[in-house]
This record gives sequence, C-alpha cells and structure tokens, in this order.
Amino acid sequence: MAEAINEALRHEMRRNPDITLLGQDIGPYGGTFGVYKGLYDEFGVDRVTDGPVAEAATTGIGIGLAMAGMPTVVEIEFIDFITLASDAIVNQAAKMRFCFGGQVNVPLVIRTPIVNRLGLGAQHSQSLEAWFMHIPGLRVVVPSNGADAKGLMLTALRDGNPVLYIEHVRLYASKGEVPEADEPIPFGKLRIAREGKHVTLATYSGMVRPCLDAAEELAKEGIECEVLDMRTLSPLDRDGLVNSVCKTGRLIVAHEAMKTAGAGAEIAQSAQEGAFDYLEAPILRVAADDQPAPTGVLQDLVFPTKEKVIAAIRQVLL
Amino acid sequence: MSNPSNLTQETLLFWYRQMCLIRAFENHAIGSFREGLFTGTTHPCICQEAICVGCAAALEPTDQVFATYRGHGHALAKGLDIKGLMAELLCKQDGCCKGRGGSMHLCDVEKDFWGTNAILAAHIPIAAGMALANKKRKNGRVTVAFLGEGATSEGAFLETLHMAALWEIPLVIVCENNGYAISVPAHIGKSVEDVAQHAAGFGMTGSIVDGNDPILVNAAMKVAVDQARSGGGPTLLECKTVRWERHSAISAGKYADDAEALKWKKADPIPRFEKRLVEEFGIKAKQLRQLESETQQEADEALEFAKASPTPTPEMVADYLYA
Repeated sequence: MAEAINEALRHEMRRNPDITLLGQDIGPYGGTFGVYKGLYDEFGVDRVTDGPVAEAATTGIGIGLAMAGMPTVVEIEFIDFITLASDAIVNQAAKMRFCFGGQVNVPLVIRTPIVNRLGLGAQHSQSLEAWFMHIPGLRVVVPSNGADAKGLMLTALRDGNPVLYIEHVRLYASKGEVPEADEPIPFGKLRIAREGKHVTLATYSGMVRPCLDAAEELAKEGIECEVLDMRTLSPLDRDGLVNSVCKTGRLIVAHEAMKTAGAGAEIAQSAQEGAFDYLEAPILRVAADDQPAPTGVLQDLVFPTKEKVIAAIRQVLL
Repeated sequence: MSNPSNLTQETLLFWYRQMCLIRAFENHAIGSFREGLFTGTTHPCICQEAICVGCAAALEPTDQVFATYRGHGHALAKGLDIKGLMAELLCKQDGCCKGRGGSMHLCDVEKDFWGTNAILAAHIPIAAGMALANKKRKNGRVTVAFLGEGATSEGAFLETLHMAALWEIPLVIVCENNGYAISVPAHIGKSVEDVAQHAAGFGMTGSIVDGNDPILVNAAMKVAVDQARSGGGPTLLECKTVRWERHSAISAGKYADDAEALKWKKADPIPRFEKRLVEEFGIKAKQLRQLESETQQEADEALEFAKASPTPTPEMVADYLYA
C-alpha cells in the first residue's frame, strides 16, 4: 500500500506542477514509513520540503499554499500528533470556504497513519478518525488496500476540499493489485469486499483484513458474511450500508478506534435509521476497549481481533 | 518627527479620508450592534486606524493581507467596498461573504484581502503559506498578517516566526500592540516589554513604531515590505497603540478603570494627524472637515444599503461548504 500511495503522489505531481509536499522526514529520508521514497529526487526540495517539527504552523502553511492555488500534502507522522494541528484542520481548513461565502478553496491533503500494536504505548496507538467525522467541511478517507489507496489519493488531490487521508502502518507492506491507469475512486462509495447474506460487517482501514479472515473462517460453517469496506467516513456511504443491512438483517461494525463515540456509533445509527424494519438482531460493535493502549503483552488485550469479530457474529446469529 | 518630502498633499489627504472612513464605519458597527441589527459581537479598531492606513499604503494592490476579527479597518484600507462590508456585518446576502461570515470573517479575494480570522494567531501560518506560494512562484508579491499582542503568546505565531525566518518567506507580520488581551494587560500577559523582541530569537527582523501616526507607520512598513519583496526575509513590525474602550461591543471585556477606558481618546490618531496636516503640511482645517463629512455620508449610505439588502433564505443555509 505504501507503494500505491507513492505512485498516486508521483503521478499527480507529474500532472500538476503546483502540488507541494510538506512535513518532517519526507525529503531524502523518504518518510518515516517510506511513503515518499524517490519523490525528493524526482521533484526536488521546492516541492518535497522537509520542515521543522511544528505541526500547527506546518499545517497552517499548507492551508495558505492551498488557498493560493497550490494543492498541498501535509504529513503528520503519527495520527496521535494531529492534536497539535487540530486548530488548523478544524477551525481553519474546514471552515474557510463556508465562512468566506465560497470565495476560497482549500485543496489540502493531510496524510497521517494509524500506528498501533507496535508496543509504542498510549501516545502512539490511537485511531482518532471519529473526531474529524464530526467536522463538516472535511473529508475523512480510510483506505485498507493499495488499489483503494491509490484511487482515493488521486481523488483527494483533485477534490478541492481539505482531506484527512488516514493510512495504517500495518497495511503499508500489504500486497495487492494496483491499477496502472489514472482511476480516481469517488468519495462516499463503499466497496463490497465480500458478498454474503447472513450478516453485514461494516469496517475500514486496519480491520478489513481481520473481518475478511473471520468471514472466510465462518464460510466453512455455511455462514455467509458480507464485508463492507467503508473507504471514506466522510462522506459516509449510508445508502450502500443500508442496502446491505436490508439484505442481511444483521450488522456488526468493526474498527480499531475505541468503542465509545467511535465511527461505529455513527455507522450503527445510520443503519438503524435506514433499515430498522429489517434488523433481526441488535447491532454490535467490535472495537478497542475504552482505555489507553498499554505497552508489552497487555496491548493485545485492548484491540479487536478476528476472534472478537467471530464471537460477535455468532452472537447476532443466535 | 520627519516629514518625508515624497508624501504629497493628495496622499496625505487620502490617508486622512481613509482614517475618517474607518472611524465612521466602526461607529456605525457599534451603533447597529447595539440597535440589534446583528447578533454576535463586533470588535472595533477605533484608535488603530493609523495602522490600517499606514500599512495598506505601503502595499501594492496584489499584495495579500490577512487580519483578525478586529479587521474592519484593514478591509477598508485594502479597498473593500464599504457597502459590502456593512452588509456582511448585518449578515446580508450582499455582504462580501454573502452574509455567512459576519463581523469576524471578512474576505474579498478580488482585492487580495484573504480574510479575517476569529482564532488568535491561526492566520499567521496561513499567511506564511500564501507568502511561501509567492516565493515559489517568484511573483514579487508580499503577504501581510496583522495580529494583536495577545495573539503573540500563541504557539501558531511563535512556530510561524521560526519557519518564516528559516525559509526566508516574504511575509510581514504586523503586531498591533494595544496593551490588552481582552482584560489582561500586557505587563501581566507578556514576558517581554516589546513584542518585537520575539523576532531576534528566531533570527528575523523586528522593529517598533509609534502606531498612532500613519506617516511613521507607513515609513516603517515600507522598510519591512521592501525587505520582504527583495528577498530579505520576514519582519515582525510592532505598532504601539491603544485600544478602544473595550475588547468588543458586548460589555464583556470592559476595562475596570474608567480612566483606562478613555485612554484611547488621548492617543486618538485622527486629531493627532489633523494637527500634523495643518501645522506641518499647511492643509486647511476646513478641507479636513469636508473630508470627514464626506466619509460620514459614505458610511451612512453603506448602512442604509446594508439594511435594505436581502437576508439569505433558508434553502441557502448550507451553501459554500464544499468545493
């Protein structure tokens, strides 16, 4: 997936000479997780600019470049550090166009990875996407594989609105087919990762693979799960979700963010509003426990797993 | 005090007129807020008009300006239409932001006025970004960001000083030091006496000027703008001034002390400039009265226009959210 994102950036930077990348460690170093590999050599320091450790000002500067008509990608090295840039994202980028009566566009992409289960502790293990779903004016993108990552990045770079593009450290090395062609994927369209008729699993980012594995395992028992990769949380494909739930009558939402007020709450409520009469069982959430992530062996206890997904599926099918 | 010989009477009278126009606008802003013509609040720049006019006069029309919620004066000085501004305050459809921004969110991209911001110092890095775009495009344009001294304690401001100096961004940050962050006086809220002192620590130019004289402000601003335009990097220019009797038109933020509240009247840059114009430049007081009355009329007409402008209709409520 890291290569797919790199390919999308390279492709779009060749097409649009105004695109600029800003952040820390993105130059010759190639990014903390290698996403920028080779971009500095191809596009030079003016377009791939290493900056100081200053998330607030870097993001603000990205907004200014974007307002001036230079689409900008700002790197936040771990999503946990986005708190330092939150005013720029929430009060500035997301509000600018609306407040100014449509005079200003902010074509800004904030790239940031979820980095969990690496034993890095409570300040480097969070999934904070739900906070940003709460902010109209922002797009929130959560790809789970290389093909989607590329197509969604192309859309992000052309969208004209501020986009929070959330990657996942565990997915960077994942393998998969990525189309060569220029094929942007529209925001707000989920992907049916596996078709099924007994229960819907709505998920995204790092939980897509465990959900697919759970579905695979239960298929042996004749339980057919439909796995929805939401791909973007804002806009959220409510219609696609409701269609699936109407078909299966059961829904489980799975994510690595903590359970309380996570994206799952919004997804579950959207299904309830649109498919209430079709529901055969309560909607369940499989999510991280409501506590900071510990280090060491304890960390495995708080995060959702394939086994927890399977247990939830069995529960709704009782 | 110097009398720069290159300032023509025409220029000086234009500046005077602009200052009077800002004052008349602000008086109407306060008046119409108190009358209930709009809700929220409004932050007048009364007593700070010399900064607006002196700085704007040092800029080219294509230079970009960012300001704060106390930004009506900067908008007028940058050439925004007074009617559109007043209509914006009254949240009307003919407002410069279609009535969606109100007093604290003014913008006119056509005039290269890139907006006023209601979050302290948040616009400083954004202005730096626009200035960086100028540098990348080698277009010779300079970006200016105004802020009050209260905002100079914010991280976004300090981080931006560092990055603007590091990347030699063509940016001028103008601090309007009016001595108060809402209720907290600068001697309690700031570790340095002069905000400009912050510049040295980041390796950038800092300068200080009496902010209540447009001629002095203009001269200091020209130096800063020339430096930025010629590739010499950013400047933090501190203009010493005095705040109007309270933070905003709602009563919160009123000075505890009446003498303090009226301090602005002693520092008022308009009578002070009048005195200079008459005594040093031989301009007739009558001519000044004439200009003042013209600007009053202009502001009156703007208010009437704003009152008559339509209110956005319910189906427009979510317009302009996404590109």
